[in-house]
Amino acid sequence: MDSTTLIAVASIVTAGFTTGIGCMMPALGEGKAVSSALSSIAQQPDAAPTITRTLFVGLAMIESTAIYCFVVSMILIFANPFWNHIIAK
Amino acid sequence: MKLSPDQTIFWQHGFITINLTLVTTWAIMLVLIVAARLVTRKLQTDITISRWQCVLEIMVTGINNQIKDIGLKNPKEYIGFIGSLFLFIGTANLCIIFPGYTPPTASLSTTAALALCVFIAVPFFGIQKSGLSGYLKSYLKPTFIMLPFNLISEVSRTLALAVRLFGNVMSGGMIVAILLSIAPFIFPVIMNALGLLTGMVQAYIFGILATVYITAAVHDSKKTDKPELVTNNKTNKNG
Repeated sequence: MDSTTLIAVASIVTAGFTTGIGCMMPALGEGKAVSSALSSIAQQPDAAPTITRTLFVGLAMIESTAIYCFVVSMILIFANPFWNHIIAK
Repeated sequence: MKLSPDQTIFWQHGFITINLTLVTTWAIMLVLIVAARLVTRKLQTDITISRWQCVLEIMVTGINNQIKDIGLKNPKEYIGFIGSLFLFIGTANLCIIFPGYTPPTASLSTTAALALCVFIAVPFFGIQKSGLSGYLKSYLKPTFIMLPFNLISEVSRTLALAVRLFGNVMSGGMIVAILLSIAPFIFPVIMNALGLLTGMVQAYIFGILATVYITAAVHDSKKTDKPELVTNNKTNKNG
């Protein structure tokens, strides 16, 4: 295997793993956050606006980790610096 | 595959490049400004008001209430900045219902510019509220050991703001493009509807996070003043 193939294989496999794991873990975290927010809204419907707003901010924070993983895998597939370096040579 | 609207270039001359991002951004700004001018040209205080004024009042009151709920006492000072952020991102993301439109927020340059606006606005409002030294003291908040972490968080949250908005909007467009090649009949429509929801939520989150950061800067510097006042009162009473 020459280095071009090696870079392509490593990039594609890593991109898949990055998105896979990076979707799994934040999904678990978001599920926990939403479930506890729902149960606290059920207990205290008066506090629903505050809880919803905090939930949204928290979800955005959790989701940004997933988005980072997505962006990294997009860079690996479509704008890979190592691949571009090899191709340009 | 085009990753961002930056790559669609209309006109280029040396350093200056006019691409799709710039064109859509200016078009949205123009639409927002013209609409706001047209609506506010003849405002009424009667019992019957025009429909557009009603829409505008609902938006302004809603944003004001949200800002007040987060903890800024006087939302009128901040709605100019936060409201424009929210309305611009919201409009940019909602316009994906028009065919052939690429949202400018799907380009990292737009979102980085918006995040830099927040990055500059936070110290601006903090200094406006409590002076330069009062704001700088808020970096030493719990103890002086936290200074590097406060500085790092200032930079990293700006990065997070930019990448979050970019990633969410870009992923929506990307998923639609991929689905068009796999199942082009009905699924892209569903994903586009989801993209509308995500776009609105992201605009809301961007506004809320900007408000939260500004609130933290304003309140932190306020708290440094409060204990002194309290101790002064106490000493006065004792004396």
